[in-house]
Amino acid sequence: MSRTAPTLELRGISKSFGSVRALIDVDFEVRDGEVMALVGDNGAGKSTLIQCVAGIHQIDRGKIYFEGKLVRIRGPNDAARLGIEVVYQDLALADNLDVVQNMYLGREEHDWFQRLSETIMERRTAETMKSLAVTTIGSIRQPVARLSGGQRQSVAVARAVMWNSRVVILDEPTAALGVVQTRQVLDLVKRLAKQGLAVVIISHNLLDVFEVATRITVLRLGRNVAVFERDKTTQDEVVHAITTGAPTKAPDVGDTDEGLPTW
Amino acid sequence: MVTQAQSSRASPGLAALLRERWDGIRSGDIGSWPVIIGLAAIVVFFTQKNGNFLTAVNFDNLIVQMAGTATIAIGVVFVLLLGEIDLSIGYVSGVAGVVVAELQLPGSGHQLPGLIAIVLAIVTGVVIGAFQGSFVALIGVPSFVVTLAGLIAFQGVIIKALPQGVIVIQDNLINDVANYYFSNIAGWIIAILLTGAYAAARLSSILGRLRAGIAVRLWWLELGRVAVVGGITFAVVAIANRDRGVPFAGLLVAVLFIAMAYIAKRTTFGRHVYAVGGNAEAARRAGINVARIRILVFIISSVMAAVGGIIFAARLSSVDLNAGGGTILLDAIAAAVIGGTSLYGGRGSVKGALLGAALIATIANGIDLIGYSAATRFIVTGLILLAAVTLDTVSRRRLTASGR
Repeated sequence: MSRTAPTLELRGISKSFGSVRALIDVDFEVRDGEVMALVGDNGAGKSTLIQCVAGIHQIDRGKIYFEGKLVRIRGPNDAARLGIEVVYQDLALADNLDVVQNMYLGREEHDWFQRLSETIMERRTAETMKSLAVTTIGSIRQPVARLSGGQRQSVAVARAVMWNSRVVILDEPTAALGVVQTRQVLDLVKRLAKQGLAVVIISHNLLDVFEVATRITVLRLGRNVAVFERDKTTQDEVVHAITTGAPTKAPDVGDTDEGLPTW
Repeated sequence: MVTQAQSSRASPGLAALLRERWDGIRSGDIGSWPVIIGLAAIVVFFTQKNGNFLTAVNFDNLIVQMAGTATIAIGVVFVLLLGEIDLSIGYVSGVAGVVVAELQLPGSGHQLPGLIAIVLAIVTGVVIGAFQGSFVALIGVPSFVVTLAGLIAFQGVIIKALPQGVIVIQDNLINDVANYYFSNIAGWIIAILLTGAYAAARLSSILGRLRAGIAVRLWWLELGRVAVVGGITFAVVAIANRDRGVPFAGLLVAVLFIAMAYIAKRTTFGRHVYAVGGNAEAARRAGINVARIRILVFIISSVMAAVGGIIFAARLSSVDLNAGGGTILLDAIAAAVIGGTSLYGGRGSVKGALLGAALIATIANGIDLIGYSAATRFIVTGLILLAAVTLDTVSRRRLTASGR
């Protein structure tokens, strides 16, 4: 790991919804060029954590550092300005709008008179789709309602990376996809990291996680359990951490090197 | 929105354009054609029934008759696009009529010039819209309930404000809103300006696409669009000029229509209205201030209702206890819905509302002319509304079925 500050670093994050304590003193970080997986059982606080980063919720306590600098994220626009983009599980697309309109949702190109600059938006959308090798969509002027699940996922991911983003967070990107489409999305995730982006992926599928992630953060009931390095852990160990909340595998005796399980 | 050309460098041929359009129709995007065909059928029917229907006199009458409803319908489209409803528009138009009548009243102690009375009536619309919109957007009270409360309360306000039962409007400027007709020459100048503005807008759009290196759809198709719009404009002026001339109310509706269609389709605000109506949560996550959009939309609705109310008051040169009542509310919403605006939000157009209002006004006018009763008019309008919403529901089902 490099000595420089993480791209995104969360320290001591707490968040409650009424009497429900969704996050308790959670730490999290992700660096440029790495894929950090965020795993945990239902109710572990994964979605709440990324929604805090995205500005959907405001944190109650804790600090957020972006490239080493303390920042405040009060709304989605703050997150976008920092270069943090989220691909939500439900994709957050407006079905009645076309592909271009969805790509620019909330940050349309316009002139001084608030007039939409359709030509700029259409051209840049076409360029982004091409650069991500998304060729299956056809006309980018058709409503998103007409697209298939995989095509919609492509639009959502393309939207996240179009904005010179630094951190891309994907919430369960493969949950609703078939085998081929899952493969395409995982390849896309690896490509994003290779381009130097900091990528966070939330997934229940540990096979996917172990394929793309460089590190794995485990949450349980709103608390940190552990951070594993992919090359120094096993699926069993991660499952153990997710289910019991114990950070290390149970029998430590006779363990010779680098956390390789001997049992 | 009209289907735009694909983003390939190669110029899309006619076949590709037609295929795209056909895909749209098959997946539920039927556009304005049902209304236009319905309107044509109704015109043919009434022309055969009564020789006075297709005359310049009646044409001028029809324009002034539909102006108020069309204005209110254009405003309520924005509310419907959000998936909300505004039931107060009828009596908001009545309140605006009362305000304008009261403020011009000679000897009342608060008599103001006509123009200022009109401006203050519109300001009343802004205040009402902001008030109702805030309840919907900030507190989360369902718009149906907020505006139902408005419907009831403003009806009371009108009765309370008119103890004498009726105010006659003597101010000429106010009455001219619905009773002034342009001279023939002025009419032709209006036609030239409107057509020229439309041609300039199309040309600048084409040049913009060329400059950006995006393919332009078939140029003769663009030429055809300009020819159709220009042809209709000149035909309207030609017919109106054979009678009293182009009514000011007609020009007012045309200008409001262009302004509102522009806001809906070409500005960031309009885009956000469609986005909130399509998926409010996605809009919120994209950083759109959903509450602000909602409040502004209710202001638009109330302001357009106020303008419509001023037109109604001017047409009768008076307001009475029936101001804002009757079929105003339902005609306006029906016009928007017949014009293809979905009550589920996210789909619809200002153009559709104008066509819908024309359809409803034509039916009312024709049935009056033949001598049928209001009962017939209500039954026919009701059936057409049902047909329009059925068409919308069926096409919507196809739209969702064609996805994924």
